[in-house]
Parts: sequence; C-alpha cells; structure tokens
Amino acid sequence: MEAILKQLPQQLVNGITLGSVYALIALGYSMVYGILQLLNFAHGEVYMIGAFIGWGVFALLAPQETLLLPAPVLILLMLVLAMLGCGLLGVVIEWFAYRPLRDAPRIAPLISALGVSFFLQNAVLLTMTARYRTYRTGLLIPRTWQVSAFGATISMTKILVIVVALVLMVGLRYLVQRTRLGKAMRATAQDREAAAMMGIDVDRIIVVTFFIGSALGGAAGVLVGLLFTQVYHFMGFTAGLKGFTAAVFGGIGNIPGAMLGGLLLGIIESIGSGFISPTYKDLIAFALLILVLIFRPNGLLGAKVPQKV
Amino acid sequence: MSTDFQFGTDEWVAQEEARRREAEAAGRLGFRLRRAWDRIDPRLRLLAGLALAALVPFVVHNDYHLRVAGFTGLFISLSLGLNVVAGFAGLLDLGYVAFYGIGAYSYALLASPHFHQHWPFWLVLPLVVLISALFGLVLGSPSLRLRGDYLAIVTLGFGQIAGILFLNMDRVNLPFLHLDRPLNITGGPNGIINVDDIRVLGYTFDNVTRYYYLILIFTALILIAIYHLDRSRIGRAWRAIREDELAAQTMGVDVRRLKLLAFSVGAGVAGATGVVFAAWQGAVFPPNFDVTVLIILYSMVVLGGVGTVWGAVSGGVILSILPELLRNPEMARFIFYGALVLGILFAFRRRKLSGLALLGGVILWGLAVKALLTWLRPAWLTQPQIPASIAQSFYAPLIKALNWWMVHPLNSQGVGNIAFAVALGLLLVAYRFKARFQYALWVPALYALTFVWETRLVQEPSITRMLIFGALLVLMMNYRPQGLFGQRRVQRQ
Repeated sequence: MEAILKQLPQQLVNGITLGSVYALIALGYSMVYGILQLLNFAHGEVYMIGAFIGWGVFALLAPQETLLLPAPVLILLMLVLAMLGCGLLGVVIEWFAYRPLRDAPRIAPLISALGVSFFLQNAVLLTMTARYRTYRTGLLIPRTWQVSAFGATISMTKILVIVVALVLMVGLRYLVQRTRLGKAMRATAQDREAAAMMGIDVDRIIVVTFFIGSALGGAAGVLVGLLFTQVYHFMGFTAGLKGFTAAVFGGIGNIPGAMLGGLLLGIIESIGSGFISPTYKDLIAFALLILVLIFRPNGLLGAKVPQKV
Repeated sequence: MSTDFQFGTDEWVAQEEARRREAEAAGRLGFRLRRAWDRIDPRLRLLAGLALAALVPFVVHNDYHLRVAGFTGLFISLSLGLNVVAGFAGLLDLGYVAFYGIGAYSYALLASPHFHQHWPFWLVLPLVVLISALFGLVLGSPSLRLRGDYLAIVTLGFGQIAGILFLNMDRVNLPFLHLDRPLNITGGPNGIINVDDIRVLGYTFDNVTRYYYLILIFTALILIAIYHLDRSRIGRAWRAIREDELAAQTMGVDVRRLKLLAFSVGAGVAGATGVVFAAWQGAVFPPNFDVTVLIILYSMVVLGGVGTVWGAVSGGVILSILPELLRNPEMARFIFYGALVLGILFAFRRRKLSGLALLGGVILWGLAVKALLTWLRPAWLTQPQIPASIAQSFYAPLIKALNWWMVHPLNSQGVGNIAFAVALGLLLVAYRFKARFQYALWVPALYALTFVWETRLVQEPSITRMLIFGALLVLMMNYRPQGLFGQRRVQRQ
C-alpha cells in the first residue's frame, strides 16, 4: 500500500499527459460523429500520418545534431504543418470515401472507413517501411529540464504536451461556442436538414469539421512523437481505438465529454498499467470501452437520444 | 415516367420495372449470363463446383499450390460465417476473427503436447463449436442494446482483447492457487506447436492432399447448411431485421433471439474453421488471427456481395487466389496491365473512341516522358535486363515491351515512393473532377499508376495485396455496394 501511494502522483502525471493526447484524438471522432453520426475509423491513421509529418519536418530541419531553427519555432512548425497536412487529409478522406455514401445504409460508410484505414496504414508501410522512426526530442528539449513536486517528476516534454493540448482544446471550445462558424456547426449537429433550410451550407460545415478534427489528430500525433519518441505505421490503430474509447466514455458527439473522457482514460490506463501490469494496459482500455457501452452507452456527459424512426 | 398507373401497382414497383429494363439494356451479356446462372439448379451448381474443386489435386502437383487451394476453402467457410452476421443480419461484427482464434486455440490446447491433452477430433469439434457459439452469445448480448456503429466498436474491442490475450497469456499468475511459476496457457508469441493431426475413425489426415479433401467436405457442408439457413424462415427474419429492425419487430419477429442466433452461428462457423486450420497448420500463432485477416474477410464478403451465399464463395475464391498470383512479378505485371486495359475498355464501352484515345494517350505520354528524360537526364535512368529465367517464357514479349516503354530510375525506391503519393493524388483528382477535360487528367494519373506499379508495387507483393484490399473496400462501397454478382438492393427514397 505504501509503495502504491508513493507511485500514485507519478502515475497521475503520466496519466494526465497521456490523457490529454487521447482527448485530442477523441475530439476528432466526437466532432465527426456529432455531425454525421459516422464512425471515422480512419482517424487513427490520420493521427499516425500526423506523427510522420512531424518526424519529416524534424528530420529535414535538424539534419545532423544541429537545429537549423530555434527549438520553439521548430516545434511550432512541426505542429502547424502536421495539423495542416492532416486537416487536408481528413477533407480528402471525407470527399472520396464518405461523401458519396451519405445516404447509403449505415454499414456502407463503416466498411469504407475500414478500407481507408487499412489503405493508409499500408501506404505508409510501403513508403516509410516498417522501421521505427525516432524523434530526437532530446535535441529540442533537454532531458534535464524537469520539475519535481509531490514525489513526481514532470519533464518539460510532458508540460509541453499538456499545455499544447490545453491550448488547442480551449481554442476549439472558443470556436464552437463563440463564433458564427461554431454556431453553424452546432446547428448542423443538431439537425442537418433544418440547418440546411436555415441557409447553412451543410457540406461546407462537414468539410470544416473534418478539417478541424483531423488537424487535432495530427497535433496529437506530433505530441506523441515528442513524448514517446518513436513512430511507426501501426501506431494509429490502437491509438484510434483508444481515442474512440475516450470519446464514447465522455459521451460521443459531446466536445467537453471527449476532453473529460480522454483525461479519465489516460489516468485509468496509467494507474492500471502501474499497479496491475503494463502488458494489459490496452486490455484495460478496451474492457472499459465495452463496459461503458454496455452499461452507459451515452457516456458520462452524453444525453439520452431517442431513436429516430 | 408515364402517369397511367394501374390499380394495385405501386409507383415504385412501376419504376422498378423500368429500371430493370434499363439494366437489361445496359449489360445485355451480363444480364443473360445472370439469368442462365439463376436457372441452374443450386444442387447442380454445388456439385459442379465440388467436382471442379476435387480435380485440383490431380492438376496441381505442387504442395504450395495445393496449400493455397486449401486456404481458399478455409477462407470461403470463414466468409460464409461472416456473411451470416454481417450480411444476413446486418450486424457489423469486427470481432469475428476472435472466434476463429478461439476455435483454433481451443483445439490446440485440447489436442497437443502443450498440456499433454490429446482429445479425439470428433469430440473436440462439437465442443469448440459450442464454446465459440457461447462466446458469440456473450459478445452478441450487448448488440441487443447497441446501434450499428457502437456494436462495431464493441466487437472490435473484443477482437483486440482476444488478440492481446493470445499474445500475453504465456505468463499468467493466478491468484489463490500459489503456483510456483507463472502458467503458460497460449504460448505467447511462440504460439502452440505440434498440434495433433485430425484423426477420424482411425484415418489420419497427415498430408496436404488429404487435408485438402477434408477442407473441401467441410466447406461444402457449411455451404449447404448456410444456404438452407438463408432460405429458411430464420434467414428471411434476419433480412427483415437488416432492412428495418423496428418494422421487423412490429411484424412479430423476435429480434433479440434472432440477433443472438446470428452471432452464435457466425461464431460457431468461425470456431469450427479454426479447428481445421489449427490441425492443418499443426500450430497456432497470434498473428494468424489479427486485424489483417478481418479486413481480408470483409473484402471477400463485400466483393462477392454482402448477404449472398454465392457472393461469399466467389469473393473467397477470387481474393484467395489473386494475391498468390501477384507473388510472381511477371504474372503480376501481366495481370495488372491486362486488368488496366480491360478496365478502361469496359469503362468506355459505350464510347469506344474515348477509351482507345485514353489508352493511346497513356502510351504516348510514356514515350514522351522516356524521350524527354533520356535526352535531358540520361544519368538518372537505367535499362533493366530481362532475367534469363523468363527470356523464353510466355511473358517475355510483354516484359520486353514494358522495359522499353517505361522509364527506370536509378533510385527506384525513393522516386517510386514520391510517385506513389503523386499517383494517389492524381487518381483522386481525376476520379472526382467533373469537367470537359476530365479524361485528359486520367492520362498522367494512369501513367503515374503504372510507374508506381513498376517501381514499387511489384517489388512488395505483400503490401500491394493489403493496399488492394483496402482500396477494394472503399471502391466497392462507392460503386457496387451489392458486390460483383449481387443484385442491387431495394433503394429507399
């Protein structure tokens, strides 16, 4: 018990860091689901490609052990380019794989999404090979930069991850709640047809939603690259499933819910892997997903939606 | 549309007649073939198929080819089982492969030196079917509460959990039992080896040919069972649930019981197939039951047509054999260019001139690129030699012509990777762009595709196979959701 209590603060820190990444991924799922009631399986792959774009920018601008740009600028550039690239990728996926199927039976876009996910994974495998690519995070943020508090050490990288995630989420919250575009997005999520009748260009809103959701996924990819330093073609599958778990946990289609779900999932997973066994950390997350869906399918913050006939 | 409706004829039905005539006119040959096929007695179709399949070991004298044929049979029965859940009942079960794994691991545990158990096959098979069906019930019970996409994700999570357990249950610490060392149940990444061969009534299946016939009989039995299930009251009820759950319930269909039944039938078929697979391979390993297998199975079901028995069979046959053909680079090139030319001619069958112009455009474009590069940057290019092994073969002229036409960069991997991204972009743009000059866009797009094929895809047959499966799922859903041979389903307005 003593040992457990001693470890707890560290596991909490790890959990919150991981959780803020999950929250970013979950937002992409949740926003798309909120508007289209579509499960975008390919979102995990978008996140993976974001991590690879970040790695590419890094490798290009830090060819040897020297940085061509100051570290903060480089990090910002990695984030921005990954977000732009992934946002565009999300729009392209929507355009080719989902838009033609908008009125098809529900099973069709799901299978299409599965195909996109598999295709992207193997496209990256083909072009980047199965080798693990390394983010040399030590070049950007020296490992010695860390804070100790309450028996936990918090590295600068973790602080960066949490801060970036927080900034992005606050920005998204502002966009959705305070701007005209956000209003249109909320209206479209509530009732697509009615929104269209009110003069909202629904197709444009859907494209924007895919762009923002995928951009957040791309940012999550770069953050994970900085945090765990290794990226590979298969990383998106598990992460995507985790992000979906987080989204469902908080209540899918609900933006604060996705944030809360992500944080909670990260904390539960960290504590679980610390106290039970790291081997089963994915298992804990998936078991949680199944339990939530069976006992509270609307998630923590989700409202009960009557079935439309 | 004329307005003189008859009494008792619904507007939609009237339109459907027109639609059918339209279809008849559009693909006259296809339509006639379909009608001829439909007229054949199903029993005759099955017998003919079986007779053909039974001849395979006499034609093929290579164990590897026979193994591919055996796997085709296993994949057919797996996709038949998946078709029950996903096709008949319309439940997107993404944990299907887990049941295959559960069946295989159950047999491996009960009939191998791993735990020194050697149970007889006739006892294990029903037991495993029962176990998998029970797991199907366990997984299916949440489906009673969940809508389509939630169900998909729960089953995907279940499949992942099963995979993690297969991989990690080699060091299990059981509390309260106080074992002196962790228990090794699944063998972890090393799997379970030396699984017993199937032995029925003193007859041991111990070589590829015997297993091939066993699989043939096994698949035929499953095919017959599922065919009859499809046409029974239960099959009709499943389709009713798929089309409209609420309406089915209103008509007195016991939705709850039937969904569970679909799950357990699918799981039972997968489990039984797993048993045969484990005995045949003589071992089980975790990667035998991963997401890749799931995607392959979905591609098979989707290609043949979701919800049709013959669709699952044809999808299984095509997608088991095609990837094997792609392993041989010469054959792969032959199939690729053949498919490309036929595809263009088919797509432009009513404007033959445009199709031929497109083909000619691609060829000329290739020549232009080659001439330009040879003139400007000859140092970038190489000229590949035809290996002596194929110089005399049937493919030699094609390969020679291709080598002459296509540019071959020195750094083929790097250039090919960039070209892959470019080709993908061009193809997507050409596919969605609707303009007067849209056919012109296809010229560079198709050239880029052939370039990528030559530089990268032929070299990596296993990845190419996966790319084809992924693209197939998307394209089929976009163009022919009813599958290659399926009938177009009733559209809702």
